[in-house]
Amino acid sequence: MNLNSNFVKQNAIWGVLLVEILIFAVASGGNFVTGHNLINISRQVSYYGIAAIGMTFVILIADIDLSIGSIITLVNVVCAWLMVNAGVNMWVAVLISLIMATGIGLVNAVMVAAVGIPALIATFASQTVFEGVAYLISGGRPISGFDSSFGIFARWAIADVVPICAIIMVACFALGSFILNKTYFGRYFYAIGGNEEAAELSGIRVNRVKYLIYSLSGFFAGLAGIVLLSRSGSAQSTVGKGLEFDVITCVVLGGVSVYGGVGTMSGVIAGVLIIGSLTNGMILMDVSQYTQMVVKGLVLAIAVGIDCMSKKRQAS
Amino acid sequence: MSENYVLELEHIRKEYPGVVALKDVTLQLREGEILGLIGENGAGKSTLIKCCTGAVIPTSGKIRVNGREFDRMTPQLAAENGIAVIYQEFNNVGELSAAENLFLGRPIRHGMVIDRKAMEERAREAFEQLHIKIDPRELVKNLSVGYQQMIEIAKAIQQNARVLIMDEPSAPLTSGEVESMFAVVELLRRRGVSIIYISHRLEEIFRLSDRIEVIRDGEYVTTLITPEATVDELITLMVGREMTQKFPPRKDCIQQDRVVLELDGVCGNGNTGMSLRLHAGEVLGLGGLVGAGRTELAQVIFGARPKESGHIYLHGKEINPRTPREAIDLGIALVPEDRKRHGALLGISIKNNISMPIYERISRLSVIDSATEQAVAQKYREEIQIKCPTLNQLVKNLSGGNQQKVILGKWLAAACDVIIFDEPTRGIDVGAKFEIYKLINTLVEQGKAVLMISSEMEELMGMSDRIIVLAENRMTGELSREEFNSDRIMAYASGITDGKAAATSPKTEQD
Repeated sequence: MNLNSNFVKQNAIWGVLLVEILIFAVASGGNFVTGHNLINISRQVSYYGIAAIGMTFVILIADIDLSIGSIITLVNVVCAWLMVNAGVNMWVAVLISLIMATGIGLVNAVMVAAVGIPALIATFASQTVFEGVAYLISGGRPISGFDSSFGIFARWAIADVVPICAIIMVACFALGSFILNKTYFGRYFYAIGGNEEAAELSGIRVNRVKYLIYSLSGFFAGLAGIVLLSRSGSAQSTVGKGLEFDVITCVVLGGVSVYGGVGTMSGVIAGVLIIGSLTNGMILMDVSQYTQMVVKGLVLAIAVGIDCMSKKRQAS
Repeated sequence: MSENYVLELEHIRKEYPGVVALKDVTLQLREGEILGLIGENGAGKSTLIKCCTGAVIPTSGKIRVNGREFDRMTPQLAAENGIAVIYQEFNNVGELSAAENLFLGRPIRHGMVIDRKAMEERAREAFEQLHIKIDPRELVKNLSVGYQQMIEIAKAIQQNARVLIMDEPSAPLTSGEVESMFAVVELLRRRGVSIIYISHRLEEIFRLSDRIEVIRDGEYVTTLITPEATVDELITLMVGREMTQKFPPRKDCIQQDRVVLELDGVCGNGNTGMSLRLHAGEVLGLGGLVGAGRTELAQVIFGARPKESGHIYLHGKEINPRTPREAIDLGIALVPEDRKRHGALLGISIKNNISMPIYERISRLSVIDSATEQAVAQKYREEIQIKCPTLNQLVKNLSGGNQQKVILGKWLAAACDVIIFDEPTRGIDVGAKFEIYKLINTLVEQGKAVLMISSEMEELMGMSDRIIVLAENRMTGELSREEFNSDRIMAYASGITDGKAAATSPKTEQD
């Protein structure tokens, strides 16, 4: 009985995804469930799927990272600038961009762990700072004209079917799942999210773990930025604006509690697919961008609302 | 009922699931008297007060205020009937002025507009009546703790309180402030206000009260006329109960030649001059009142709070743990007082809890060796008999006693040989207590060293080989097993050292 209800609870999210696909399949008149469109969805979700992994870790310890949209923008601008304006080799440019993104994560960690600024404010500040930096570098103009081989990270597809960006995303999910379930870091994330004080008193060096988590969040955001740049072929200074919102929605919808300590990687994958197919389905059905915003906002509120209500029920 | 009782509590009983906080307490408060209310930690004083104010609803019993009978109080009823409490924590708003605090929640106003002038005028009068010199316009955060308390008292009087309950009012005050507080309390008594005065400091009870009521283990013991009572008598009444076979027997296993932990003049976290020696195979009890500095000392030894000066030696070598991690790696463990907040990780499994301190030891390239993880958890589940269907059970679903065992299992897995227990059996039912005691015995018989903080006199005397007593962040006394005597421990805990006992109370002289 008990096991059953737990099973239902843990897998309800996949049911939601199924229902959603069915609705769109019918409502779109057959345009939604086509091989072409499903590949399209996998391409569209790949960058925020990748970013969602780092965000999952951050929300697991009951923090938040608002800077990832800016990191994605900055990586776009810097990577493109290095290749176009500085003539740097593609792979070197990618490496530098990823190191920079990880470094920004580390800066966030210093503010949160060492200085003690609440994560919401610390990462909001860095969001603003690095968005500004991206504008300063690009002057607000798109940077394009780099080698078409950069398309390897997103446009290319194996056998013209499986897009490389989707493979990168799957690999990242596998890595995220491995970190969470097989390494002691994963245990530490759950412990800190459950009770930071008790975790420290159990011998976990909480601050060090936070350095790791924010760095990972920065790294995955950076990788998402590379994939996005590869897909668009041009770096825009507004490309990442508000992306943290989509990513947070995916993670919370996937069952990661905003109170910390609860959540699974598979849930987050489902969350990413739900938001991805929702966005895609609405575009197919010609729903205006503003209506899409309304729908996504409601989805976030409902997802968090369910989390809060289950927390309340547990408490009483 | 010939007497004029302003407040009567009759046969108050309060049950919580699994615990009876108050069994049967009766209290009668006369008009214009100061009634001292005393009892050990956990005797039920706080619960009793909360029944008077409506914060707690008694399971059974009657509350009578000026002859009117109630089954229960509500905060509003209590206020209407003139019952007010001065808690240890004040309800002041620091950013508002003294006058504004005095009228907090019901300011003098004309429509929407607050009449600041009138409030300040009325506040000045109120303070003058109590002979307190406070500028009504001063922000409360700029006032000393003593004055902040005065504002609380003035607020209660302003609201026509006829019964004032004061819970350890002297605890946060300096000695000068205590004197001023006494003056106000005596002034109020002359004006006919009835006061219930709760304090651990017996000399204050003797100085102020007209009568003294003693409660113990949630039960009414007796009420004495203050001039007829003695300190000894009160302590015996507070503590005195029969010692039955509540503690499992233990082999004598103290290794006097092996000092495991030694503190030499350790200061920090509020404490000063902490010196002690803990031997292998020994249970050293730390006695004292709540807030005496025992938990604070444990935190320093465990690296959770910084040491300011002094030396800590472990097996003869000086150590200076700056984080719990460092202390654990040295072999020092802390089983904290607040199990749910500081001890167990409630949302994760038993297995993960037990392995938490050793994950880095049982991992290769940060990948956990899950076979070892399982084996370690299984070993301690059997060794200390954690009762659970599976090791994957979440710790929050275990009973208090089993949670405590999980915490202990964690430290045994980490191979700690100095184990500090802070209130090891708080919130644990009687049967499970015995098991925890047996475990402590096993630990010392294996040669581990145990430092045990306990506020339960019985437990302290029943389990310790030696007891050190703390009062007000200092060590006030040490007793070997032959010298164990609850009166003496209580006297030390009240800050009365051997030399001072005669000075504070002429009636005690037995050492």
